[in-house]
Amino acid sequence: MGRDALLKEIPHPLSTMSTKNSPPSIFTLVWDFFASVKLALMTLCIISLASVIGTIIPQNEALSWYAKRFGPQIARFLDLFHLTDMFGSFWFKALLGLLSTNLIICSLDRFPGIWKQIRADNLAVPVKRLISMKRNASWTTSLPPIKAVEELTLRLPGNGWKTASRETENGTLLFSQKGAWTRLGVFVVHASILIILIGAIIGSILGFKGSVSIVEGQSIEKIQPFGAAAFINLGFKVRCDAFNIEFYQNGMPKEYRSHLTIFEHDREILQKSITVNNPLTYKGITFYQSSYEGYKDFIVTLTDKDNGRKKTFSVPFQKQTEWQEEEVRFGVINVEAEREQVTRIKIWFTDQDGSPSVFWMDAGSQVAVDREGKHYLLSAKQMYSTGLQVAKDPGVWWVYSGCILMLLGLFTTFFMSHRKIWIFVCEKNSKTSIYMAGSANKNKSGFDGIFSNLADNLRNIKKITSK
Amino acid sequence: MNSSQLLGITTFTYLFSTLLYVAMFVFKVKRMGKFATGFTAIALLIQTLGLGLRWYESYQMGIGHAPLTNMYESVVFFAWTIIAIYLAIEWKFRIRIIGAFAVPFAFLAMAYASLSTDMTKNISPLVPALQSNWLIAHVITCFIGYAAFTVAAGLGVMYLVKETSSSKRTSDDKTLLGSLPTLPQIEDITHKTMIFGFIWLTAGIITGAVWANSAWGTYWSWDPKETWSLITWFIYAITLHARYTRGWGGKRVAWLAIIGFFSVIFTYYGVNFILSGLHSYGSN
Ligand code: HEM
Repeated sequence: MGRDALLKEIPHPLSTMSTKNSPPSIFTLVWDFFASVKLALMTLCIISLASVIGTIIPQNEALSWYAKRFGPQIARFLDLFHLTDMFGSFWFKALLGLLSTNLIICSLDRFPGIWKQIRADNLAVPVKRLISMKRNASWTTSLPPIKAVEELTLRLPGNGWKTASRETENGTLLFSQKGAWTRLGVFVVHASILIILIGAIIGSILGFKGSVSIVEGQSIEKIQPFGAAAFINLGFKVRCDAFNIEFYQNGMPKEYRSHLTIFEHDREILQKSITVNNPLTYKGITFYQSSYEGYKDFIVTLTDKDNGRKKTFSVPFQKQTEWQEEEVRFGVINVEAEREQVTRIKIWFTDQDGSPSVFWMDAGSQVAVDREGKHYLLSAKQMYSTGLQVAKDPGVWWVYSGCILMLLGLFTTFFMSHRKIWIFVCEKNSKTSIYMAGSANKNKSGFDGIFSNLADNLRNIKKITSK
Repeated sequence: MNSSQLLGITTFTYLFSTLLYVAMFVFKVKRMGKFATGFTAIALLIQTLGLGLRWYESYQMGIGHAPLTNMYESVVFFAWTIIAIYLAIEWKFRIRIIGAFAVPFAFLAMAYASLSTDMTKNISPLVPALQSNWLIAHVITCFIGYAAFTVAAGLGVMYLVKETSSSKRTSDDKTLLGSLPTLPQIEDITHKTMIFGFIWLTAGIITGAVWANSAWGTYWSWDPKETWSLITWFIYAITLHARYTRGWGGKRVAWLAIIGFFSVIFTYYGVNFILSGLHSYGSN
């Protein structure tokens, strides 16, 4: 920060008052400290620098990793200042806290002033001040004042401009303004930052994140959150009915899909198949597709066509399995695989009668097995477990609302402005004089054009009415 | 004609555009200005066709997706956005000479995209994590922001160049630097370009967070890319505050525009290619 910039700091009106009369109270000192934009600039710089460090030093590795990488001395130093988990460290959170305090106090400090400007009685502005404004115009007209006021009022811009008028001793003051509320835009931006941080805090206190892996056909009802010892009871059961992968022709993965079913008290509540980018949410807990693992085991489903009996088995490779009620024995005796995905399966199958059936089938398909007097359906596939991220984050809607507010606030602040136009009509030397002045709090060059166009337009009222 | 040919041509048309603008500036041939603008607009059109064709080709390959999903495609889109934003600025402010400071960036981006061996130019299918409309929204918003900041940095350079001239507050054709817009004009356009970039970068960070949340259940995880985008965002926030509340202007803001640009490039490029050497997870 340059020296002259420091000197340019405009003192707060309250603080100048107090320095003149008596030493400022501690409260004023503290308040002014937290209300200052200088502090904001400094905090933002420090947070940025810290963040740079947090990207250069790899985060959240084991202490031994740092020792191996940087040597034990430096590793101890990093650990001491929490540089190995910087973004979760106390001091980084304190910086965010400082930024928030700064924002709150600064906004409270400035709000009354801004509110005053929004609610100001602009018709009370003395004519002398209007004439001294940077943007002004004046002309005379032969219309009588009352008629001129009428015509001017008609021609003031409509869309969104609010017009008012007041009779004074010397003449009539017309006032029109647009976008007074846009002065609040900057508060919306700053408030949105706080709302996002509140959302983050809510999420970290009331939410959790963890991961879980579910073998096909099995279910879970507990989650171990990251970095926690205790399990969290979900209050319902999640079963992975099936997991599928699809590949593109070039071998890149195309889709990971888990078919999940939610049970509550053993009652099926809902079913959904999830993919990456398309999770399942139930009771505020969301399940995200994140990984998978292939097993050497197989899932085989058998149906007896004659009596409708059906059963699913998990079958180890090259081990015989028995379906006792049907006196059926079967097994997977060979497989073909591509990219570690089993594509074809060789089945050995027998029941009481006849010699065993041995055949190849496509993984995941269903085939009819016709034996002497008996008919079965058999489907088989490799067994997988699906890896799910599990997250509960009740703060996320705060965060999203904050984001939307931030965009709206930024748009208002950057592209909209509070524009004011005054017109004073009075009688002078038996002629009607018109004084016009205008101001805008932002984008002044844009307003210059609007103002001079309007002035040109209003000057012409004589011609139009004289027709 | 296929998309790589069209995009290859674009590299040369942007080089030629650059030369036109620079020649107009250096030799003070104002008449060339219209030609430079017209040619640049045609170059942009060629690139637009190239991008459109690449999109179409991806559908013919059966893996249809917008051409915004890998490093090569993003650099090409970056160049496209720089030119689009530059032309919009030229049209709005009626100042051609900015082209000599902005168009070279688009040429450099295209040259890098076509010559670099670090990245594949193939149209490849989308892995599951990238199959999201939020990704498209994220790339578009971020790169509009990045491109605006790039043009702002070009304007910052222009400001610093003009600063050294004897005619700071006037614009005339007597000297080389005299022909640049006045300092207040450059400053005004720099600021407007920066706030335009800021709102888009904000949207870019937000759409990225929404995407992360829909794919992994975490909208913010302080990974180096996210963190650097936030650092960049802070740099511009600092600039806006210093300017608005502390009256910073002129050279300081010009330098901040340039520093911000380096942060943008680091966020975009450095995190992938420099920090990845430091991070075991940076490469995947
Ligand atoms: C990353 C955090 C912040 C962001 C994104 C942000 C954003 C903004 C924006 C966009 C403006 C409008 C600037 C313009 O019109 O050119 C602004 C103005 C301002 N900001 Fe911030 N701000 C942040 C933090 C802070 C903090 C911590 C303070 C605390 C003092 C602060 C104080 C101000 C003030 C006093 C103004 C001028 C408001 C006015 O009178 O119109 N800002 N801010």
